[in-house]
Amino acid sequence: MQVTVKLFASLSRGRFAVGVFDGEAALTVRDILASLKIPEEEASIIFINGRHEDVDAAVRDGDTLALFPPVGGG
Amino acid sequence: MDRILRINMGAEGGPKAQVEPLGEYAGLGGRGMTSSIISREVPPLCHPLGSENKLVIAPGLLSGTGAAMSGRLSVGCKSPLTGGIKEANSGGQPAQVLGRLGYAAIVLEGSPGGHDLYKVVINKDGVRIEADNSLRMLPNYDLVSKMREQYGERIACISIGPAGEMKMAAASVACTDPELRPSRHAGRGGVGAVMGAKGVKVIVLDDTGLKTRQPRDLEKFRDANKRFVEGLARHPVTGQALPAYGTNVLTNIINEAGAYPTFNFKDGQFEGASRISGETFAELETKRGAGPTHACHRGCVIRCSGIFNDRDGKFLSKQPEYETVWAHSGHCGIDDPDAIAMLDFLDDNYGLDTIEMGVTIGVVMQGGVAKFGDARAAIDLVHEVGRGTPLGRVLGAGAAVAGKVFGVEKVPVVKGQALPAYDPRAVQGIGVTYATSPMGADHTAGYCIATNILKSGGFVDPLKPEGQVDLSRNLQIATAAIDATGMCLFIAFAVLDQPDTFQALLDLLNSFYGLELTADSVTALGKNILSMERDFNSRAGFTKEHDRLPRFFSTDFLSPHNISFMVKNEDLDRVFEW
Repeated sequence: MQVTVKLFASLSRGRFAVGVFDGEAALTVRDILASLKIPEEEASIIFINGRHEDVDAAVRDGDTLALFPPVGGG
Repeated sequence: MDRILRINMGAEGGPKAQVEPLGEYAGLGGRGMTSSIISREVPPLCHPLGSENKLVIAPGLLSGTGAAMSGRLSVGCKSPLTGGIKEANSGGQPAQVLGRLGYAAIVLEGSPGGHDLYKVVINKDGVRIEADNSLRMLPNYDLVSKMREQYGERIACISIGPAGEMKMAAASVACTDPELRPSRHAGRGGVGAVMGAKGVKVIVLDDTGLKTRQPRDLEKFRDANKRFVEGLARHPVTGQALPAYGTNVLTNIINEAGAYPTFNFKDGQFEGASRISGETFAELETKRGAGPTHACHRGCVIRCSGIFNDRDGKFLSKQPEYETVWAHSGHCGIDDPDAIAMLDFLDDNYGLDTIEMGVTIGVVMQGGVAKFGDARAAIDLVHEVGRGTPLGRVLGAGAAVAGKVFGVEKVPVVKGQALPAYDPRAVQGIGVTYATSPMGADHTAGYCIATNILKSGGFVDPLKPEGQVDLSRNLQIATAAIDATGMCLFIAFAVLDQPDTFQALLDLLNSFYGLELTADSVTALGKNILSMERDFNSRAGFTKEHDRLPRFFSTDFLSPHNISFMVKNEDLDRVFEW
């Protein structure tokens, strides 16, 4: 299966901004974080297809996963 | 800070200054001060540009002290944009300087009879008010450089541009940053038009020879400030993300959440988002010899502002804030950072609220005045406003008026004030704040984005109506209280998540004033301010039907979540039940 992974702000440093992740079926966000060597506490905001999820959420073929460190503004 | 400076612009024989003790306004600061004076002294049914309205400029309770982050200034009046009470808030140097000069408020009253334009100069020796018609229609940057030539480098300025002089409802009041750029603005609600109606072009503040305000208990105050600063540095938002990228770090996350209003609130995502994101701006700024880390006032340790240079490495504008970027980009379909920085500069220079101006341009693009995505046209439209052409006057009156003039159905305003950069259909909590805040649509009045999107202070699902009324209520109360202290609202990220940083804030206030405030007293202060503001609005003719979003947010569904605003009217009416 293929998942589009987007990394933002400090998470993209030394990695990539948008990439495609090929993997086995039945992956979770945690599995993808581990393979990208992103500590779980750094990916504090997780979206799958624009909806908030947590690290245990399942990722399915065709999903877009967007990961953010803690950010704020306004 | 034990005095109020009242300037009667309509006094016989010319403007007269009078210094008074605090009296019934003792213990108040910032928004607490401005809203108290407006609600007690201004007839709610008066015309906002008339002699009965007052412009109140107040530093916060901790402004002018050694407390970090204490440089916020409140500017209050009856708003020419909303017709209700207004507090517009600005960073920059003036709050600190005004605090050290000892004034808890400057109140501009009355109306000058003639057509003279005045400058007010305040220093340790007192107050001088002089007619100076050579300043007429000067844009803010030119004005401040003239003031710098006359009064030196140590000043701070509070000023209006041509928009304020023309009494446009989108006119801002500009405040200078530490390098004397008039780049921080009390933007919202047309406060600049009220300053223009008072005939005051600029207030020049100079605290030479004066000292930082001294706390009752210096040792405790220093200790509290140390813990406060440490808490801000420790929190990843105030310690890392804001200094590295500024507020525009939000573009990507709001866009990913499907809450980025695009093409006048048609879509929830913008294809060009990555080209105008905080990450892109920060990289560009650094490459061009400026950068994304700058303090808008001395004593700021977050340093979320920045400087944007043009292609030749010359100063173009400050780093545009997230809402400014959005109003001129996604909302108008423009994805060119240089054009956005230019629009930011023009807004600041003419003295216009960047949110109101950008939203207005997008609304008239919908009305066929220009094409979505046409950056050149957007720049030309802002010049029309600055020149005061008939078209410019229409645009400078804000989105509600311009929408009517050009026959646009979808006009995103509440109480006549333009909605900022978060679609209330995909962030239901912020919709509650937009609808119910006494200020009109204002994200800062109860920033539900924190908890709906950024997971600060917990998490409430942004796509569901449940829990949003309680969230907005609590944030509106907390915000009103913070706005009274002179503290930058961005401390809230650390204060909401870290109990010891909240305690440090209380300890700062308590050690400075010899008080024993608790969390409950802060809540009581916030409720008191909101109650005064609601009472003013009610006497000005506002009813619960004014606490609503425009109808299209309930009837038109927003992509990609295909969602409408679902919080019920009867629940909106419960926001201020406490």
